[in-house]
Amino acid sequence: MNGFSLRRTAAIARKEFRHLRRDRLTAGMIAGIPIVLTVLFGFAINTDVRGLKAAVVDQANTSASRALVSDARASQVIGSLVSANSPWEIERLIRRGEVSLGIYIPADFDARVAQNRRPFAQLLIDDSDPQILRTARGLENLPLQPFDQMRDGGTFAIRALFNPERRSAVFIVPGLTGVILSLTMVLFTATAIVRERERGNLELLITTPVSPLELMVGKIVPYVLIGYVQISLILLLGAWLFDLPVRGSLVDFYIASGFYIVSVLTMGLWISTAATNQFQAMQMTFVFFLPQLLLSGFMFPFDGMPRAAQWLAEVFPLTHFLRIVRGIVLKQAELTMLMADIWPLALFFAVMMTLATRRFRKSLD
Amino acid sequence: MDKDTASDPAIQTQALTRRFGTLTAVDGLTLQVPAGSIYGFLGPNGSGKSTTIRMLCGLLTPSGGDATVLGIDVRRDPEAVKRNIGYMTQKFSLYTDLTVLENLKFMAEIYGMEKSAAQERIAVLLQRFALESMTAQLAGTLSGGQRQRLALASATLHKPALLFLDEPTSAVDPESRREFWEFLFEMVDDGTTMLVSTHFMDEAERCHALAILDEGRLVADGTPEQLMSELPAAVVEIQSAAAGTRAVREALLAAADIFDVAQLGSRLHALVDPARSQPIAYVESLLQPTGIEAELSVVAPNLEDVFVMATLHKKTEQAA
Repeated sequence: MNGFSLRRTAAIARKEFRHLRRDRLTAGMIAGIPIVLTVLFGFAINTDVRGLKAAVVDQANTSASRALVSDARASQVIGSLVSANSPWEIERLIRRGEVSLGIYIPADFDARVAQNRRPFAQLLIDDSDPQILRTARGLENLPLQPFDQMRDGGTFAIRALFNPERRSAVFIVPGLTGVILSLTMVLFTATAIVRERERGNLELLITTPVSPLELMVGKIVPYVLIGYVQISLILLLGAWLFDLPVRGSLVDFYIASGFYIVSVLTMGLWISTAATNQFQAMQMTFVFFLPQLLLSGFMFPFDGMPRAAQWLAEVFPLTHFLRIVRGIVLKQAELTMLMADIWPLALFFAVMMTLATRRFRKSLD
Repeated sequence: MDKDTASDPAIQTQALTRRFGTLTAVDGLTLQVPAGSIYGFLGPNGSGKSTTIRMLCGLLTPSGGDATVLGIDVRRDPEAVKRNIGYMTQKFSLYTDLTVLENLKFMAEIYGMEKSAAQERIAVLLQRFALESMTAQLAGTLSGGQRQRLALASATLHKPALLFLDEPTSAVDPESRREFWEFLFEMVDDGTTMLVSTHFMDEAERCHALAILDEGRLVADGTPEQLMSELPAAVVEIQSAAAGTRAVREALLAAADIFDVAQLGSRLHALVDPARSQPIAYVESLLQPTGIEAELSVVAPNLEDVFVMATLHKKTEQAA
């Protein structure tokens, strides 16, 4: 028996430091991950949502109703206002994800104020995001100018459109499909080519007539099916355990999911052509996963983030897929209403596929 | 194309060079590999055998010089080279988690073979390489010799006119090695050209012609018989008691006209400068001061002697 040797331990430690120094990616991430995450958490994530987009239907159009609208706006909860013609148009705008809340002021607004029995107006809220619901409720008791009139039950009647019972599973599970896939799908393909390189299969493969595009497409096909299996599994579990409704068309949902699945798979392929070993591929997967998780609108409301963070988030497939999945599953939106989020996924897929295919060389240079 | 160029060399290189950073792995290699023969690359590890093969397969871009493989310029159209050759990598590179049959089917599909033609060809190869009984076995569970046979079957699926084999037998027992070479001779009878790298002398001796590489340079080439008969040194075999060989070796290496000494068990081969007209007397005179008893005779050079002679500069460099 040798006992414990400090010298040997130190030799191991020194060797590990040398590995780290030679593995530039890992070394970079030692500083990179804390910096990126601190900046993202600190600046971008804002649970105190302001500046929601809203639509207004003012059928009264009196001085009092206009004052109510401008007060609502002055509260900073509302950032921009568009006017609509009917409550149904507001609902449609919310389904499309163009606005997060709507103010409906009925024609008999002045009479309601005078009687002070029924709510003066209605607030329609996109509660597929619980943070929006919480923020918008802040308007509920908005006092009426100029005489600070308040009704005991609140100025507005609240209409939470999609999850009136406020069950958190209904908020979380649809988005979870996207989050889970953005991890599993990317991991599958991120290791796909690196693994062949590590095991020595790649040298043979690149000596055959196979083209880079054939290789890339062939690599993702099986995982598209696996992606559909995972998505179905999550929805089934949601329905079975949490009574999650699927309000829109399942066909629409599966078509839209296809765009998301191939876009995250090609993201993984690109990582696979960039990484030199499986460990690096896994690290890179997490580097791409965490910002998506934080900025996509899954954990924190999209509208609460500063502009720059929103622009960045628009690049992520998860951001678009969350809007799609919440739109179809909770808001009963149709595919045609969601084109604004479908084409970015298609574009992301095309760009990543091109980058991965171009980056992949059939040589050992 | 293959038929017309049958008389042309299968491979032709001109000052072929490959650098990795400051290291020159292959340095100005010029050689010709005649069609329909087995050509050997003999050299120690790091002599540039694998790098040369990879350049000829279109996997590495040459840093300088030119190479033509089956009439195709490897710089201009590496993909055309890849379609027409077979390549057996040094490390087993088929899929260990697929069965023998699955691996072969996969490669047939990758090479775009028709399903029925592929089935026929696979059946022929399974029989030829004695793999019929293990079609359902995972490649990872095969023995070294079986793996090599599978790799060879896979490399020849699409009937390439030219086959590159990078140290194909380095992980194989002697029995399997002999068997493997029988397969190679069968294929050369069918008209296939083969380039085989090795560090085994007995394998090099089986080649129709060979090139000895050392530190990226071509140091000798020709048929094994040529190389042995034209060796620019006399070989004196020294038979001595095992205990004496080390001292004998040291005594000889110190002498100016001994190029090098190779040990074969209890025998030593001293490579003597041919300027010495009586090599035995010369060696005797060197041994006298040590007082060691030894039997001396002049023998025909073998390939080991050729190899030692060709890579000789090491002794002089070490001495300097």
